[in-house]
Amino acid sequence: MAVTVPAVEVHQLVKRYPKRPVNAVDGVTFAVATGEVFGLLGPNGAGKTTTVGILTTRVRSTEGTATVVGVDIAAHPVAARRLIGVVPQRNNLDRSLSVRQNLLFHAAYHGVPTAERTLRAAELLDQFGLADRAEDKVDTFSGGQAQRLMVARALMHAPAVIFLDEPTTGLDPAARLFVWDRIRDLQQSGVTVVLTTHDMDEAATLTDRVGIMDSGRLLALDTPAALTRGLAGRFTLEIGTVVDDAHGAQGARGGVLDDVTDALAGWPDVDRVETIAQSRGSGHQAASGPEGGGMRLRLYVTQEPAAMVAPVAELLRRCGARLTDVHLGTPTLEDVFIDLTGRALR
Amino acid sequence: MTPGTSTTPATVPAVPVLGSAGPARVFLAVLWRDIFVTGRELGVFLAQVVLQPLFLLFVFGKVLTELGYARADYAELLFPGIVALTATLTGLQSTALPLVIDFSFTKEIEDRLLAPMSTALVAAEKVLFAAIRALIAAAVMFPIGVWILGSVPWRADAMPLAVAVLVLGSLVGAAIGLTLGTLVPANRINIMFAVILTPLLFTGCCQYPWPSLAHLRWFQVVTALNPLTYVSEGLRAAMVPSVPHIRPVICLLALLVSLAVFGTVGIRGFLRRAID
Ligand SMILES: Nc1ncnc2c1ncn2[C@@H]1O[C@H](COP(=O)(O)OP(=O)(O)OP(=O)(O)O)[C@@H](O)[C@H]1O
Ligand SMILES: [Mg+2]
Repeated sequence: MAVTVPAVEVHQLVKRYPKRPVNAVDGVTFAVATGEVFGLLGPNGAGKTTTVGILTTRVRSTEGTATVVGVDIAAHPVAARRLIGVVPQRNNLDRSLSVRQNLLFHAAYHGVPTAERTLRAAELLDQFGLADRAEDKVDTFSGGQAQRLMVARALMHAPAVIFLDEPTTGLDPAARLFVWDRIRDLQQSGVTVVLTTHDMDEAATLTDRVGIMDSGRLLALDTPAALTRGLAGRFTLEIGTVVDDAHGAQGARGGVLDDVTDALAGWPDVDRVETIAQSRGSGHQAASGPEGGGMRLRLYVTQEPAAMVAPVAELLRRCGARLTDVHLGTPTLEDVFIDLTGRALR
Repeated sequence: MTPGTSTTPATVPAVPVLGSAGPARVFLAVLWRDIFVTGRELGVFLAQVVLQPLFLLFVFGKVLTELGYARADYAELLFPGIVALTATLTGLQSTALPLVIDFSFTKEIEDRLLAPMSTALVAAEKVLFAAIRALIAAAVMFPIGVWILGSVPWRADAMPLAVAVLVLGSLVGAAIGLTLGTLVPANRINIMFAVILTPLLFTGCCQYPWPSLAHLRWFQVVTALNPLTYVSEGLRAAMVPSVPHIRPVICLLALLVSLAVFGTVGIRGFLRRAID
């Protein structure tokens, strides 16, 4: 008993919904340490909600085992429920109750004594900026307010592990930052956090470790830094360029752009050239630069991209074009996802 | 590691778990939520459940007898039937529709499904609460009966049987509602009410005593399949024993069997909806 048990542990987890040809969760294994913020990143239908559903006793697994704080969820769902707090993907607040009553009743369901729950409700309402709305009905709430209230509700019984299913989807940037801050608070106070997201920024900034899911499988699992480090050498350089005014005729402008692309592609330090936007002078606005001959390219380079800016500018000049802006890119989780699946996250 | 026990290791969790209440306390908290919400709008609730029986009682018990289309003592045998109808249908309606809405649309029940008590107990709470509503509605029918009919049949020693039959009838109605509310898909719920409620209402011996159907044998058989028949007949046995009725023992047995059947099927349906 002296050994610390993982806060969450799943082993070869499989879920097959009735009358479905494929497994929604297909042999997933991972463990989350106590106090960790763990993310599941994946596109729609990856199986994130299903995984969280199994861990929160709402979905019965087909195969495999899942435990929270050492409690087998399938065998002891009631004991597991005492340990967890859940923020679902969909609003499921009790519309017959006020904001405060939503918190109070939730705590009552979990057997929190009356005095204690009154105190905690007041505290959490304050902390989540909902104190002035405490007596309102919840059906007047905006999406962001409802989300905040659901997080507060999940904390009412002081769970050891909290599951947040896409906690920031549909929130404006300010509300998103607010939720992020609350999640960091939780981490500070030692609560284990499991969250799902299809936002790679969120996964990168918020989580200690992230599992990348697709089609029910866990494709990779590590810290965001380690995952992107795996793509070392795959720097990107994003450039905007326009054709110099000297090349007035439209046909010539198009020729210049082709020359630039070819010249860059032929360069030994450049793996691949991707055209993001292009205007050949037919009136369409390029992503950058004026009407009439410009484009935006992403170069996948093998060298430190900063060192390549000057040579690239020089090359453009020789082709008769001009550099308008530069963006240096280091690999992101998005690139990791593309690398793993061969397609973009969204 | 042996996660076989329901107690959690002492080293973890880092945050103390606040609630460690037994299932009885959790059950009461969940029940209290429903009572609290209904209690706030008691008037709306009563209007919902009492108007239909009130008009049935008025038209059949008062208007038809005053006009001479029904015998003067008809009201005596109608009243227990209407109370039976009120209890059973209120029970049914208090589980069926709310569950369909909860499971298919609002998902409000999810927070209670995550409470530390077995999911079957959440279903049991729904049945118990619906039965409480049904009993309140049935009780309210007595003053309404006195108001409309001038008096209602009552004997002091009717009490034990009447209460037993009403409690069972309310529970059976709630269990039927649990079954329908969890088995009928959400987009069929309107059809369900039309196709099931109306036959239930008219084949439950509320408006006629069962033994008098002897010369309409096929209909007598049909009515014997409706649990509501045993609530009506049981109440008649208690309140107006002079009217021919099915023996109370048979009524109670039939209701217990119905409760067991619909309770089991209903809780199974509930589990299927609650856990994917
Ligand atoms: N109750 C259900 N019955 C049948 N199939 C389901 C059910 N719930 C989910 N699925 C299927 O399982 C797969 C995984 O769904 P899941 O909701 O877990 O994905 P997700 O990663 O949460 O996606 P999203 O980002 O859209 O929320 C999907 O193909 C989905 O259609
Ligand atoms: Mg989901």
